[in-house]
Amino acid sequence: MKTDDLIFLLAADTAPVASHAASRQIAIAMALGIPLAILTMLLTMGTRPDLVHAIRFPMFWIKVLFPAAVACAGFATLARLARPGVSARIGKWASALPVLLLWLLAVAAYVSAAPSERAGMVWGQSWQTCTLSVLMTSVPIFVAAFIALRQLEPTQLAPTGAYAGMLSGATGAAIYAFHCPEMALPFLAIWYVAGIAAAAVIGATLGPRLLRW
Amino acid sequence: MGGEQAAYRDFLQKLSAHLRAFLRRRLFGWPDEVEDLVQECLLAMHNKRHTYQSDQPLTAWVHAIARYKLIDLLRSKSTREALHDPLDDDLAVFAESSTDASDARRDLTGLLETLPERQRLPIEQVRLNGLSVMEAAALLGMSESAVKVGIHRGLKALGKRVGTLS
Repeated sequence: MKTDDLIFLLAADTAPVASHAASRQIAIAMALGIPLAILTMLLTMGTRPDLVHAIRFPMFWIKVLFPAAVACAGFATLARLARPGVSARIGKWASALPVLLLWLLAVAAYVSAAPSERAGMVWGQSWQTCTLSVLMTSVPIFVAAFIALRQLEPTQLAPTGAYAGMLSGATGAAIYAFHCPEMALPFLAIWYVAGIAAAAVIGATLGPRLLRW
Repeated sequence: MGGEQAAYRDFLQKLSAHLRAFLRRRLFGWPDEVEDLVQECLLAMHNKRHTYQSDQPLTAWVHAIARYKLIDLLRSKSTREALHDPLDDDLAVFAESSTDASDARRDLTGLLETLPERQRLPIEQVRLNGLSVMEAAALLGMSESAVKVGIHRGLKALGKRVGTLS
């Protein structure tokens, strides 16, 4: 086919397209993935039995809001990565910020605690299952985000996959916080971050394979 | 992008000339590939035009897509070339690589044949006979919107098939 023929043909298809497609597609994916992730959490683990009591403590809200902040930064970065020719550098810094802040707070809490309490702050009661549970909760969001990205045009496939993984891991962590009984900052700083990072690594591995266009 | 046919065709014409120059400069080793790649880029840009936002410079968007498609081509070429190295004298492999090369000369017309009739016929009428959407609709006994949808879906499918081939 000659290129001029192709141009003639393309010009016949002038269906107007909506603007802000990238943010909208990813937002739709989140709107579908989050309820499914909540359902996964409720069906496999359930909320913590003392939830009504726990929501009075600020630590509970840190556990929800820290991953939520990472997720927001991940969303903004992903919406930029999904569009060709747009720099996503600001977003990359923005998503590191909440993690650095949490690590600072965690180190402060660890140092100021009595030596006998320190081990409990790091290992808690659930360190073996925490990272895996975060990953499991994030699966529906991960799948939805990748389906949305396939409609878009990411040109850096591995970073896009990583940020999609980070977004779903962080959202999964925020949802998992409603089950998780731990109340120590160092625990959060290690095992939640490990869950989010693992999701990002999985995303970076799958990105080049699943997001090609 | 707002949906004006003549203006859009004009734009695509200029875009293809720009792309041809952009890609020819970078693909001087393989002049045969340039036109294929121009077409692939046009199709990708058309099908994914929703990722362009009017507050963003157009050339940045166009170049990012062209560069992505170019790297994709070079990568698939380099893996293909890399396969040859350890096997210089193997006759069977030589035979295989030469069919490989001719397969890679994509022809969109050939791909068009694989589309279902509802998408293929409107595309052929509009492309080959240069009919307007309205005339093609009357000729094919389809509604105007069915012709438009057929073309739209057909182009999407074509874009996907080009992507999986390369």
